[in-house]
This record gives sequence, C-alpha cells and structure tokens, in this order.
Amino acid sequence: MRVLSLGRWLRAGRVPPREPASRPSGHRHSGHRPQGPPQELPQGPSQVPPQVPPQKVSVEVLEHLEHLALVDFRDSEGVERLQKAIQFADQLHEVNTDGVEPMDSVLEDRWCLYLREDDVTEGNCTKELLENARETVEEYFVAPPGINLCKSLVVLLETFDV
Amino acid sequence: MAAVLAMVARGCGGVWRRLRQRCAVRPGSGPFPRGERAVACNARGGMMSAGKSGLTPWIPVVGLEIHAQISSNSKLFSGSQVQFAAPPNSLVSFFDASLPGTLPVLNRRCVEAAVMTGLALNCHINKKSLFDRKHYFYADLPAGYQITQQRVPIAVNGSLSYSLCIDNKMSQMVTKTVRIKQIQLEQDSGKSLHDDARSQTLVDLNRAGVGLMELVMEPDMCCGEEAAAAVRELQLILQTLGSSQAVMAEGQLRVDANVSVHHPGEPYGVRTEVKNINSIRFLAKAVDYEIQRQIEELGNGGTISNETRAFDSKLGCTVPMRDKEGKQDYRFMPEPNLPPLILYDAKSLPANMNHQQVINIDWIRERLPDLPSVKREKLVEQYGILPEHSFTLLVWQQDQNCNSRHSNEDGLPEFFENVVKQTQMKPKKVIGWILNDLLSYLKQHSLTVKESPVSSFLLADLLNLLEKKEISSTAAKQVLAELWKGKGKTPLETVKEQKLELLQDQKELEQICQAVIDGQENEVMAIKAGNQKVLNKLIGLVQKKTQGRSNPVLVKQLLEKKLSE
Repeated sequence: MRVLSLGRWLRAGRVPPREPASRPSGHRHSGHRPQGPPQELPQGPSQVPPQVPPQKVSVEVLEHLEHLALVDFRDSEGVERLQKAIQFADQLHEVNTDGVEPMDSVLEDRWCLYLREDDVTEGNCTKELLENARETVEEYFVAPPGINLCKSLVVLLETFDV
Repeated sequence: MAAVLAMVARGCGGVWRRLRQRCAVRPGSGPFPRGERAVACNARGGMMSAGKSGLTPWIPVVGLEIHAQISSNSKLFSGSQVQFAAPPNSLVSFFDASLPGTLPVLNRRCVEAAVMTGLALNCHINKKSLFDRKHYFYADLPAGYQITQQRVPIAVNGSLSYSLCIDNKMSQMVTKTVRIKQIQLEQDSGKSLHDDARSQTLVDLNRAGVGLMELVMEPDMCCGEEAAAAVRELQLILQTLGSSQAVMAEGQLRVDANVSVHHPGEPYGVRTEVKNINSIRFLAKAVDYEIQRQIEELGNGGTISNETRAFDSKLGCTVPMRDKEGKQDYRFMPEPNLPPLILYDAKSLPANMNHQQVINIDWIRERLPDLPSVKREKLVEQYGILPEHSFTLLVWQQDQNCNSRHSNEDGLPEFFENVVKQTQMKPKKVIGWILNDLLSYLKQHSLTVKESPVSSFLLADLLNLLEKKEISSTAAKQVLAELWKGKGKTPLETVKEQKLELLQDQKELEQICQAVIDGQENEVMAIKAGNQKVLNKLIGLVQKKTQGRSNPVLVKQLLEKKLSE
C-alpha cells in the first residue's frame, strides 16, 4: 500500500520512487528511477522562498497524520525526514499559479473517459479471492472488530494479507 | 454491551417521561402519533413553541443526505453483477477487491441514470464533472478510499416538490419544495457483519463498488413529516425513472438526516447527523425525536455537539453512535485513473465520435417518462377526480413497489383507468369504489393489484349493474364480497344467485311501503309531527322486508308521498 511504503522509505532514509518531473533546479531525470539510495533528500539549488517559513511539525499534526495515514513515524529521525520532505515539497510555492486551472492530465483533451456497456463480465471468483486472505469464515473475509486506529495498520495487513 | 444498552434505554426512557409530562395528553400511540404533531411546523411556518413556559420559539432545521443505489446490471467501475442476495463474495471482481493492478472503468448506464435523475429534479447538469478519492480506513473498504465526485459533481442546483396534507383527513394538500444542492456518482462499500461473540468482523464485498447516487438536499425542511413526504416523492420519482428501485428495506435507498434548532434571527445551531434509519416512518420519528431532544437539551442549559447519532427503532430515540475522534479528514484528491466525464447535448454533439461513447443530455431529456406530479395532474384533469385521490392512487402503487422487488408492474392507476374505460359510471364515482372498497380488500389480504381476484373487467361489470340501477349499492358491496372469493362467477350470476336484483315492480314496492307504514304507528306520528329523521327508520324497515332489494331513493319518495296523503 502506498502510504505504508512512504513511512518505510522515510525511515530507511531513501527517496521514495517518483515520476520524472521537471524542477526549477534544472536537473534532468532521464525517466528511470534513481540508482542506489541517496543518503539525503535532494534539495534544489533554490531553497524554500523566504515568504514561506519552514514548517515545524507539531505533535498534534504528527499524531493526526499517523492516525489518518496509518503511518508510524516512530522516532525523531522519522520526524526529521518528514520535516525535510515537507520543506522539499514547499518548493512548489515558488511557482505563481494564480488564475491557472489545475491540470487533470498531461494528455489534456486527448484523454477521453471510456464508457463501458452495462454487461456482467466479471465476478464469480470467490475461491480465488479468498486465497489471498489469511483467515476466512464460510466465504467471508475476517477482520478484527472495530477500527482501533492506532493499530489498524496491522488490522488491514491481516485481513488482506498484503 | 448489555449494560450499555440498558443505560441507553434508561436514558431514553427518562427523556420520554419528561416529554410526556410536558406535552398535553394526546390520544394515539407514541409521543408523536402520525397526524398529530407536537411540532406544528407547517401551520406556523416552521416555528415551534417551547411549550407552556412561553420562551422564544425554536426553528428546527432538517437537511437530508440520500444515497440511492443505481439500478444497473453491473457495478459502477467494474463488470461484476449487482444483485441483492447472493453467496458472500461471489459478485466481486479483482477491482472490487482492490487487488493491485486493477483500474476503474466507468459504466455508461450509471451515468445515464444520474443524468435522468438530475433532469427530473430540475438540476443543472455539469457537462464536465470530475472524480475524486475520499480516504478513510474501514474493513469493508478494501482500497482505503472511495471514488466519489467531491469537487465537481454531475448535477447541481435542483429542486424537489412534494405534497403534504395539512390535517389527518387528506382533504387539504399543500405543495412544498426542497432545494437539491448536488447529485454525485460514487461507489458503495462492502458489508461488514460484526461477530461480537468471536470478536471478529466478517466482510462481504458483494456490495463494494455498486453505483450510488448521492443526493444532497439543502436544509429547507423543518420537521419529520416534511422529510418523510419529500423522501416518498423522491422514491416515486426514482422508481418512475427506473434509475433506482429505491426500496429502503433492501438498502437501495439510505437516508441520513442532519438536524439542528435555532431561535429566529440567530444563526443556525450545531447540527447532529442521524443515521440507521430503515424506513420512511422511522425517518419522521427519528427527525422529530432529535428535534425535541435538542430543544430539551438547550432548554436545560446544555449544548449540542456536532456528532453522529443512530436511530434505535425499538426504543424510538437517537443514541450517540461512535466516539468522536475529532473531525474526519478525508484527504480528498483527484482520482488519477479517471479523466473528466464529458457529457454532450444536441448543440455540442461531436461529429465523428462513436455513439456508444457519447452521452447526449437532450436525448435523455426527450425520453424521460411522465413524472408522478405530471401523472397526478393528468388523472385529475382527465377524470375529474380530486387531487387527494390522485395522490392516494400513486402512493398505493409506491407502497406496493416498496414491498415487492418488481417495479413497473401495473398498479392502481392503470386498474382505475381500465375500469373507467369499461363502465358507464362516472370516474368520480368509480374512484370511490377503487379507493374505499378494492383497496381495503387488497390491504386486508396483503395483495398487489396484479394478484387481485377481482379484475378490472369484473369490477366494471359490477359497476355497470349499479349504474343501470339493477342493484342497489348495498347489494353491489355484497356482490363484490362474493367476487372477492374468486370462484369465477360473473357479477350478474352472483346477483341472480343471491336474489339481489332491485325490485322493479312499483306496485309490489308500494304495497311493502304501505305495510311498513301501517305497522309503525308511533313513527308515522313522529314524522307527521315534523321529525324527518324517523323516516330513515322506515326506509330501513322497507329495506329489511325487501332484503336489500329496494332502491332507497325510490322508497323514500314513496314513503313521503304516502305519508303526505
């Protein structure tokens, strides 16, 4: 799951794999993932513009994030990584986007939403689906009751055996 | 768990007791019997008095959020089947189970259903609408997010008009309108069954991914009755369009109510959300209870917290639902796997596109069926029946549709029209036979119109006999009772068998009248003295002697003639 991976990457001090994007720094990514783990999150030559103060992550924000994303930041190094990641993303503020419509896709008008006919073409694969589950009861998936969100991460792992 | 329930029960009981003491004693069952409102919000234009203490009045505000399951063969973003009862996890595709590598593919029929509904509710249809992800974690949401339309939904700014009767007798109907903020397409979640005994939750994903239309209404209503009437009308509209079967009992129509109260001139109060409402009747009860609870709470100096409450139908009250961990943050983001949904109309129709990929709003608008309000007006216009009767005709059909899983079956309006076609009796009189006699039989035996042993042909036949004055109306009712047994006899045969024909022989009738007059000296004197009511007794006696075979109008005339001699 994507959110889990973010936490893992942050703790390991790696850069999470991301799509090639152009940045004001002028660095060119050739399109494939960075080789080997860099030890630091790359900062472009231009730092965060002066009018945006560096964000300090408060305890409340941290708890809220952990609660929402089911990520465990665990130690101060993780929090530091988070801090740096936010600073890195804040570079976006350099670009003035006043009055510009957000883009839905780089393909713009060429990407048409495909409409499917209302026919039944899938399903009836109960056995295959249940094979993925650690525990089942009479063709139901099993999950521990209630979502105690502190440990829900574990709950979801257990249900779907991700 | 049992201890909690007991506490809740005690809590609710306490409130009820206090409420009962405050409200005047009213006949009828329950604190808020239908038709008698502790909340007379219509008459007073939305205000409620706080009872005998004479404090400033409270204005209740009710807004509804309705989820209607789209009537389609397959799901919103996948090709698995939509079906009510099926073996667990048998109607689940890889996408519904959120297996990696699967992508959503939009179902055309679901879009058409949403457009139809938007048009029927006078909405503006957005030619470009967007899909978003709403994130939260729950066992029945395998992806961890729901695909919905939060930024730009498919339809906005509509209205729903519904009728409400002012008093219990259905003689005065008033039309009200509630604004529709938006209609959006979204996915349904799966079902979780909580097994407390073994401390686990069982998850069935058959429902996961089914298409829903979420209708958000503006808080224009002020009491349970208005909410119930609005939902009934919406149900009728959805069933007429066919976009949803809207059977609440099967979860095809889910209603959540947002309730708050405030003093006139002040800003809106804090609202609570009431969930777990399983029928329209309970909707009215839940809303009215919550309004009263809030007024009580605020009247006692307490505060209302912005919480979610569940309606307990057994106790008839609302209870707090989950412990609030603070406001939910759904972290909305655009759905990256779905481009914008583009709809066209006659003007903007692209020339070279595959027809199957194009949805034309004007094409859909032209093919919308007659909405219930239009049907009702037509019935009133065409047959001269009263609006209330027209309302009952359609409402009965709706009730039948709710109890059966077949929509679009020939209902009462069609039956009525068929009878009218085959009889000389005026529609205004026919409607009485349909709504009073036929309907009560159907209700008594829990039958649908299709299952009625008395067909429209038979009823028309019977009414013809009545119209031609070959039988009296009392006799007609007897014949109907016989026909109901379904023994296959025609009305005429039944009449002959039971000797119910009206006496046509004037002389014989005169003789009987004379006999009655001669035998009731006291009554005759009373009538001659001016007491006309006693005449009815004589008419009754003549009827008895003729075994119901005399025309009461004629009998009255004869008696009066004789008495004045």
